[in-house]
Amino acid sequence: MNLLQAIRRNKAAYFFILPAMIVMIVLVFLPLAQGVYYSFTNMDQYNMGNKFVKASYEFVGLDNYVAVFTGPGLGEFLRILKQTVIWTFTNVFFHFAIGLGLALLLNRYIKGRAVYRMLLLIPWAVPSFISAFAWRWMFNGEYGFINVMLAKFGIEGIPWLSDPVWAMTAVIITNVWLGFPFMMVTFLGGLQSIPKDLYEAAYVDGASRIQQFFSITLPQLKSTIFTATLLGVIWTFNLFAVIYLITEGGPFNSTEILVTYAYDLAFSSWRLGEATTYGTIILSLLIAFSFFYSKVMKTTENE
Amino acid sequence: MEHRVSKFERFAVHLVLLLFVVIAVFPFLWLLSTSFKPPADIYTSEIHLIPQTFTLDNYKYLLNMKDNLFLKWVGNSLTIALLTTVLGVFFAATTAYALSRFNFPGKRLTGYSFFLAQMFPGAVLIVPLYNIVKNLGLLNSYTGLILAYITTALPFCVMMLKGYFDSIPIELEEAAKVDGLNTFQTFYRIVLPLALPGLAVTGFFAFITAWNEFLFALTFMNDQAAYTLPVGLRTFVFQFRTDWHFLSAGAILITLPVLLFFVVAQRWLISGLTAGGAKG
Repeated sequence: MNLLQAIRRNKAAYFFILPAMIVMIVLVFLPLAQGVYYSFTNMDQYNMGNKFVKASYEFVGLDNYVAVFTGPGLGEFLRILKQTVIWTFTNVFFHFAIGLGLALLLNRYIKGRAVYRMLLLIPWAVPSFISAFAWRWMFNGEYGFINVMLAKFGIEGIPWLSDPVWAMTAVIITNVWLGFPFMMVTFLGGLQSIPKDLYEAAYVDGASRIQQFFSITLPQLKSTIFTATLLGVIWTFNLFAVIYLITEGGPFNSTEILVTYAYDLAFSSWRLGEATTYGTIILSLLIAFSFFYSKVMKTTENE
Repeated sequence: MEHRVSKFERFAVHLVLLLFVVIAVFPFLWLLSTSFKPPADIYTSEIHLIPQTFTLDNYKYLLNMKDNLFLKWVGNSLTIALLTTVLGVFFAATTAYALSRFNFPGKRLTGYSFFLAQMFPGAVLIVPLYNIVKNLGLLNSYTGLILAYITTALPFCVMMLKGYFDSIPIELEEAAKVDGLNTFQTFYRIVLPLALPGLAVTGFFAFITAWNEFLFALTFMNDQAAYTLPVGLRTFVFQFRTDWHFLSAGAILITLPVLLFFVVAQRWLISGLTAGGAKG
């Protein structure tokens, strides 16, 4: 009865959420279920159907998953997964380190702080596809700024986009550049909300600045760090445009990450069943990651 | 709390900040410089940040493209991003308010479903959405792409606006109730006007996200005249060469308005971001 009463008392709330919930169900949750279902079918461009022809793909059970997790499929999957992990954690690590470092510097009383902050936010303000193009141009092997500059110092040009390792380096540099400002403003906001008297007390007690950083700043920033890095990992893991616009996953799939690989499976090879299998695996990995991450954060909080 | 800061330390801080400013600004400056150069000065092993020969030809080419393609892309991008913003904010506002003010059964689940939806990779939804849009005959249409963009804009707007509503003191609404307004009237007459800055900031981010989107646009729009800007600009990238002179000019035309707006509204946007979105 209590539940019914609570529902009745909050009738207005249900009216308020109704329109958005309908949109979410129709455009997100049903298609999601459909996508998961596709992963158990042999859907491709010929049997997917269209306005005039009925779809004729068939249920194939776990075949797609078996193909990914055994034999040559497994090798491919593990390779792409490894690249995805390198891509994601290198990016988030540098976003975090540079973002926090700059936020600490900007949180001091220095001349021109507002100007510095504004200029440092430029990578965030410029549309990201433009930045991706700007960096692709910087990395151009023959006429790109970086290689031409190196040549001036007599250093041989770097095969940025044609060598597997350098290509990965190039897309990571671009994305570190794109992502540090967001972490910087987030941490700056977090730093500014730490009560000043904590530091005053620590100063009176004779704590050094390094001690203050570890005993006040870091613990106080903890929830900001948690949210920002969790979102950072999810966003970076799912980030498509930077890689696609700079290397298109090449050379030899060396910069392919799970989402770009799934996209190519779907819309270059039109192996839609297998593509949605990858999609479902990606989603499971992300959910598992955020679950464990919040568990770990919670247990450290209780200590 | 102020430790005495040595001259050397102050110098070092400025040096580090300056270094990062240069890194932050340079790729864009280089693009700006490229856009005013004739091809002969672009494809060379000389470096001149200030163009030796200054030309507007690259811009003229874009603005006079065959079938006015570039302007069409601008129009497509603007329309799609604006409509996504309006719909996203409209559907999100009441939901965010309910999540902020009511303690209704199912609230946690509702909130969680929006949080989770923010996490869905486009790569998961894109195949089913493509199928739906294709079967409705909506490929190459604004409607199809807007439907896809709503799936990212809505969860994002809900989370961000909830942050705003949480920061508006509840006393005003209680007073309004005492004055005899019902819940809906309170929302439209009292809360919404107060939340206008929040709606605007949220709208701005929704706009930018749609404006920048590439994955769905690339997949849903295969007719040149229907391209949005990111996909359109990519037509200057060929397999073995790229027309950097045109691409850079297009990039600058698109970026300058955004950048100017950003410089003007910066303070306001950041406070909006830290008040709402980043708290998830």
